[in-house]
Amino acid sequence: MSDRIRIITPLSEETVRGLRAGDRVLLSGTIYSARDRAHQRLQELEERGSDFPFNIKGEVLYYTGPSPARPGRIIGSAGPTTSYRMDPFTSMVLSRGLKGMIGKGRRGPDTREMLRQWRAVYFGTYGGAGAYLSERIVSAQVIAFEELGPEAVFRMEIKDFPLIVINDTFGGDLYEQTTVE
Amino acid sequence: MREIHTDTIETAVRDLIYETNHVFPPEAAELFASLRNQESSETAKETMDVLIENCRIAKDREIPLCQDCGMVIVFIEMGQDLHVAGKPLDEAVNDAVRNSYEKFYLRKSIVRDPLRRTNTGTNTPCGLHTEIVRGERMRLTVYLKGGGSENMSALRMFRPTDPPELIIQQITEAVIQAGPNPCPPLFLGIGIGGSADQAMLNSKKALLRGILSEHPDPYYRGLEDQIMQRINRSGIGPLGFGGTFTVARVYIKEAPTHIATLPVAINMNCHSLRFGSRTL
Repeated sequence: MSDRIRIITPLSEETVRGLRAGDRVLLSGTIYSARDRAHQRLQELEERGSDFPFNIKGEVLYYTGPSPARPGRIIGSAGPTTSYRMDPFTSMVLSRGLKGMIGKGRRGPDTREMLRQWRAVYFGTYGGAGAYLSERIVSAQVIAFEELGPEAVFRMEIKDFPLIVINDTFGGDLYEQTTVE
Repeated sequence: MREIHTDTIETAVRDLIYETNHVFPPEAAELFASLRNQESSETAKETMDVLIENCRIAKDREIPLCQDCGMVIVFIEMGQDLHVAGKPLDEAVNDAVRNSYEKFYLRKSIVRDPLRRTNTGTNTPCGLHTEIVRGERMRLTVYLKGGGSENMSALRMFRPTDPPELIIQQITEAVIQAGPNPCPPLFLGIGIGGSADQAMLNSKKALLRGILSEHPDPYYRGLEDQIMQRINRSGIGPLGFGGTFTVARVYIKEAPTHIATLPVAINMNCHSLRFGSRTL
């Protein structure tokens, strides 16, 4: 774990530009969960010219829909969902100043190009390790779209959340580097 | 005629839902430890360590292995000399799913309608496949399927004269195309033969054969080995971060088919292969 880069949200331009595909990162600070339906809702707000329920500038979105917390716990299982499903919405969130996204799996070519243009980073984390990752979440509360259940937006405080940079601001792509055939 | 009450079935479904969501079976843990030790890169070893640690935390702290607690798919093989007393069978199974997902703090991931998409809030209805078999017992299998890996499913109708080599190649391409998305190392279920629908169902049933089981027919055992070796040359590795094991295990289920057809279906399961059975 000693080779991990420690960073804190919100992410500055300088921090984001310092990251390269393949870098291993421990992220701390506030992040916001959003998956398919929450993105759809944000898109509706965007189309109406309304404010988002949280300031997205410099922030990081986590593509997750956690399982319910047992009594006395902070959160249930909370690993990443597959990211390509959020590709149609990336231009909307990046143009509002989003600096990072956490998920799993490949992004489409449009998203990868937009990450370069808007200077933002796509991080992967451990898919299917929701129990493990939940232990790095120190607080969680629903702040928007509560009626969506697991797809609501949670504000989460995380501590040393393990990430790998998949797409950096220079067009680098970890998945492309590792696949040989 | 033997009789079974639906209360017994509901209890079994509930117990299986708890176990499959929280407990990774010992033979799977053994397999993971072996894959971890065969990986050469530090990243791949570390990724496998996280997955192994995840299983420990899930069991000890009663946190689901994955936040995607799945669509519940129940397979029932029912002896024709068995009578079910109590509720209608489908109602009993769905009641057990509804109650368990609430009681055990599991995520509800089912929407009522595929296009209008309102969450039912109960994780029901579940998938239910029933089959009438000989005897007076009931074999009940609960399988949890996550959406991310299910999205990578594929069906291809080959020519009956196409060589197995072409099938291997196209399966390999489909898995490489899916890449990191379905959370490798994968358990790969393959249905060959039958009709299109039967091949798809067999690709799921193949996954439930037993984690460390071997195909009884040496021909198919060889084919499974070849597919696994071919895919594991891709470099995708655990969670796509690079490494050897993109596939942990390959399971083929073949079926008689028509002279004109050769359906091949694949169902990818993430590293978290969650199923369990009871004979009642």
